[in-house]
Amino acid sequence: MNATTSSTAPERVRRARIVAVTSGKGGVGKTFVSANLAAALARRGLQVLVLDADLGLANLDVVLNLHPKITLHDVFTERATLEQALLPAPGGFSVLLAGSGLVEYSRLTPEVRDKLQDIVDQVRPRFDVVILDTGAGISDVVLHAVSLADEVLVIATPEPTALTDAYATIKVLATQQQRHELRLVVNQVARSGDGRAIAAQLQQVVDRFVTPAVGAPVQLSLLGDVPSDTAVREAVQRRQLLVEAMPGAAAAQAFGPLAQRLIG
Amino acid sequence: MSDRRTNAPAELRLDAALQLLGRSGVELPKPADPRDPLWLQQVIDGLIEVSSRDVLTGLANRRQFEIALERESDRVARAGEPALLLLLDLDFFKSINDTHGHAAGDLVLQAVAQALLDCVRPMDTVARYGGEEFAIILPNCPPAFGQTVAERVRRRIESRPVQISPSVALSVTASVGGAFAPPWVRSSASLWTERADRQLYLAKSSGRNRACLEAAATTEVSAEEKGLLFGLSAPMPFDDVPQFRASKS
Repeated sequence: MNATTSSTAPERVRRARIVAVTSGKGGVGKTFVSANLAAALARRGLQVLVLDADLGLANLDVVLNLHPKITLHDVFTERATLEQALLPAPGGFSVLLAGSGLVEYSRLTPEVRDKLQDIVDQVRPRFDVVILDTGAGISDVVLHAVSLADEVLVIATPEPTALTDAYATIKVLATQQQRHELRLVVNQVARSGDGRAIAAQLQQVVDRFVTPAVGAPVQLSLLGDVPSDTAVREAVQRRQLLVEAMPGAAAAQAFGPLAQRLIG
Repeated sequence: MSDRRTNAPAELRLDAALQLLGRSGVELPKPADPRDPLWLQQVIDGLIEVSSRDVLTGLANRRQFEIALERESDRVARAGEPALLLLLDLDFFKSINDTHGHAAGDLVLQAVAQALLDCVRPMDTVARYGGEEFAIILPNCPPAFGQTVAERVRRRIESRPVQISPSVALSVTASVGGAFAPPWVRSSASLWTERADRQLYLAKSSGRNRACLEAAATTEVSAEEKGLLFGLSAPMPFDDVPQFRASKS
């Protein structure tokens, strides 16, 4: 079923919540979390779109084993319509793929900025939740993609560099985009529950250094953690969605509560 | 010059180039052998020099400015060293031209160019960006110094009336807009310029003869912050934290 491209006039105009998923450091599972969270939300009856906003090094297609003929690039260059580029993904949600190798968009130009804004405006009425899967680093493209979102989900892992980069991201978003509430997902924790201590630690540093600089309290709220699990790598290697392929795995089970908290 | 041509390889026509270099004040040593590639390289270098300068003021021209800004934007993204871009616009310049003539306007532009060169470091790029618009690229400029630098530039222009004739000195002011390239961030020179331009607009619209700077973003994480992030936590008290997975859906 692909409700997203259905042209049977949707009576009520939905305004999706736009959620940016970002991390600072690459390789902490942004795309993994985006896709599995989307599937968990879809399972709860929501119409969900994952928009691959990692324009320079997109890999949502790899994670989902999709081979799109039409991508965001075609929409940008007006070779295809948005409808043609919206694809159904295995987890019951829709995707808008950037297509790998869009190196020309890894640098934010006024053109890319305006086009991304256009796309977000167009998809907003069609979904309940739009997840913007952003790129690694704190580039202008990432900051711009995040600026289009209603809320921000920062992905961290307990690893020191990932935590430092997550903190740097939080700091930039708080000072530059006046984000005073950010959500946190701690991926690859040794044990379920470890995310709390890590979130508390981050909050402590934010209270001490970021809040005074911003002049208002900056609040991190833990959406949840995802335990380190060999099933994750297995699913990624099989290029399957974890929550679909191995719903019983500990990591897969984390996504239900995650989705629930996001919409709750 | 003519014997240079006759001795040069047949396909090279250097007359116009050498004339241009001569008129632009670029001096070339007499060639030992005019086909000497090193001498030809000096001709090429001279031409590059001429094509990157503004004729009236001798500052970098817009072409050179854009190359320098692109390079600096890349460098900031790679090295994380903060860099400031200032855009300046002379206030009410048109009325100087209208009242005192274009020759006076030219003198003002030249004087401002010199004033700008006098108050920046040798490593900074000062450019004539448009008619009465100037730009300064300041590599390795800490955000904390931004306002001071911008103010210094503004005040230097304000404090130096331009003698356009023995009896007439014009006081000139400029509006200044500035923005930092965000360190470690891959951005584009055009967006950087746009940000500075927005500040210039603010300076203009809030009364002119002032400097407005965009607040710099901080992506750096200090040792103190890292210390707090990791130092105090280990070992993390995981055991008294409720298990998150127990929650229902």
